[in-house]
Amino acid sequence: MTSDPVLVVEDLTMHYATRAGPVRAVDGVSFSVERGQSLGLVGESGCGKSSIAMTLLKLLPDNARLVSGSITLNGVDVVPLSENQMREHRWDRISMVFQAAMNSLDPVYRVGDQIIEALEAHSASAPRDAMERVRELFDLVSLDPSYIRRYPHEYSGGMRQRAIIAMALACEPDIIVADEPTTALDVIVQDHILREMQAIQRALNMSMIYISHDMAVIAEVCDVVGVMYAGKLVEFGPTAEVYARPIHPYTKALMSAFPSVRGEKHDLATLPGEPPDLLDPPSGCAFHPRCAYATDECRTSIPPTAKHGDQWATCWNPVADVDSE
Amino acid sequence: MNGSSGISNPPSRTLISAVNLSKLYPVSEGWFRRDRSFIHAVDGVSFDLARGETLGLVGESGCGKTTTGRMLVRLTEPTDGQVLFNNESGDLEDIAHLKGAPLKNFRRRAQMVFQDPYESMNPRRTIFDTVAEPLHVQKIGDHSERFERVSETLSMVGLTPPSSFLFRFPHELSGGQRQRAAIARALVMNPSFVVADEPTSMLDISIRTGIMQLMGELADQLGISYLYITHDLAVARYMCSRIAVMYLGKIVEMGETEEVLRNPVHPYTKALLSAVPVPDPGADREPVTIKGSVSVPVDPLPRCRFYDRCPIADDFCRDNDHPPLEDKGAGRLAACHKA
Ligand SMILES: Nc1ncnc2c1ncn2[C@@H]1O[C@H](COP(=O)(O)OP(=O)(O)O)[C@@H](O)[C@H]1O
Ligand SMILES: Nc1ncnc2c1ncn2[C@@H]1O[C@H](COP(=O)(O)OP(=O)(O)O)[C@@H](O)[C@H]1O
Ligand SMILES: [Mg+2]
Ligand SMILES: [Mg+2]
Repeated sequence: MTSDPVLVVEDLTMHYATRAGPVRAVDGVSFSVERGQSLGLVGESGCGKSSIAMTLLKLLPDNARLVSGSITLNGVDVVPLSENQMREHRWDRISMVFQAAMNSLDPVYRVGDQIIEALEAHSASAPRDAMERVRELFDLVSLDPSYIRRYPHEYSGGMRQRAIIAMALACEPDIIVADEPTTALDVIVQDHILREMQAIQRALNMSMIYISHDMAVIAEVCDVVGVMYAGKLVEFGPTAEVYARPIHPYTKALMSAFPSVRGEKHDLATLPGEPPDLLDPPSGCAFHPRCAYATDECRTSIPPTAKHGDQWATCWNPVADVDSE
Repeated sequence: MNGSSGISNPPSRTLISAVNLSKLYPVSEGWFRRDRSFIHAVDGVSFDLARGETLGLVGESGCGKTTTGRMLVRLTEPTDGQVLFNNESGDLEDIAHLKGAPLKNFRRRAQMVFQDPYESMNPRRTIFDTVAEPLHVQKIGDHSERFERVSETLSMVGLTPPSSFLFRFPHELSGGQRQRAAIARALVMNPSFVVADEPTSMLDISIRTGIMQLMGELADQLGISYLYITHDLAVARYMCSRIAVMYLGKIVEMGETEEVLRNPVHPYTKALLSAVPVPDPGADREPVTIKGSVSVPVDPLPRCRFYDRCPIADDFCRDNDHPPLEDKGAGRLAACHKA
């Protein structure tokens, strides 16, 4: 496959300044997303998934400090851009879908008008064309056109999430970042929405970043997956390979703790302890206090990258075969 | 057992039975023009729970799981039906409308664990005060006995050493530790029955398994029966020997968990099951065949609750009452005219 990356993230580090010191929410993260590809970021709460999403869009709170790294979107590093310059990229080139519970829709405006506003802010299209586009978008996300003129509170949770997806698609971005897009929804609605998002993504050859704590959702919709722990990517690779033979003990532990409704009913593994505090993450490999394979070097030294084909993990004691140097 | 007939003389291993339980809530004025409209939150639900058994109650949000659970521990009074509880003397007592001292007495035996331990705890009270509260209400023991009992219970739920947790406040605990404290509060009275309402759905996966295993071990050690409420069929698979699937206030299918998951009978159970994603990138799921989404059962028509969304419904389903929950063979119960 010839490489055509839409997004290249290199050594991204973002801290939150707090009175107790910096919270290392994103810590030296690198990855890229090819055109038409879907990347999953999976990890437990507080590991920095949403922080990555907000950093990619440069929608950061005042106490956030972009410490280092680059975010190259279609060949342009957006890190040095001013907010005004960034606005030209947001929606147009990169857009986002947040968790349904977080209200990205303004309750006092009709949903159709909110989408038209987003369209008009980013293109010179005439109002009539904009209305036509809203109809197309509603059709794309399977919303009844009669809802264009309704208010967000008249929508069910699933319909609201569809409207938010329609808005994210409005300017045909190259990549959409979806942060827990179906977490607040029931499974049947989740299933409909995930299938629709996949179909749209394929039809438009768009790239996606799905963020989820749910290993099963990621397994279903992502070509490649990155596993996060304590602000870092600890494993990365094609989803099928990472799930079949995890290299990192944390990935393996997550996998064997995850219950499934289908297949053999294997015993669920428990992980001792709790995820670390990012104000003061453990030395060496941050996972070492909970890791069954930890050795002295794990406690003291940053782990090396262990590779296997397109798959890699940062670990001193890989739990699957890796390529020799 | 049949959805519309009461149970006389449940076998003695039955701890608690719901018999035709219903809960209607009046619709707040202004929503609907009609004078008296009701949400049929739970509508004629019957099941037995054996001693030491864990029955799962599954279904999408709004189907009536929490309301059912609250009625069984009498945090909500049923509109109709009975809750038969097998008390110490082996008699069946209908606790559905208990008041005063008998209700307080029942509370020693039946407790509830909620989804969000943070919401169910007073942020200004220490873990000791929180866990000791039922003892205080029931006027059990003096201070040092309560101290002893609370410490024991904290150890039992894995908050060890208890001394390092007793005088902390809820916000000083992690999510998993808070849920353990909530379980301790439910167990401090040594109840025989616990309703666990989504006890792990706010917890991360690496913490969740520990809580699930703890609850399972406690059930074995202490002979507790759980009504385990969850929207997650995969969790139910690990926690429950039997499950009941609810849809709009009705139980639509009930049976052995593995059997139901392997071979669902009701079209709603089939849809629900095929919608659950699996953590295996190679797995292929059948497409979900139902349309629309869950509504609110306000004054439902006298027909199958699932009619509007059912892929196999016909005129018979349209023109007849909601079907009874009946035996479809091998102990499987389902409420469907066509299955
Ligand atoms: N504005 C903020 N100020 C300080 N810390 C924050 C802020 N936002 C998030 N954090 C902390 O950053 C870490 C990562 O959070 P987040 O990116 O939301 O994780 P996730 O999305 O994986 O749950 C957590 O420890 C969280 O408490
Ligand atoms: N106190 C209440 N007043 C009015 N309606 C209620 C009340 N509690 C629950 N309901 C309604 O009853 C139905 C069942 O709710 P619930 O038992 O909470 O379902 P679940 O736990 O399965 O999500 C829902 O339609 C809900 O809106
Ligand atoms: Mg998040
Ligand atoms: Mg509930």
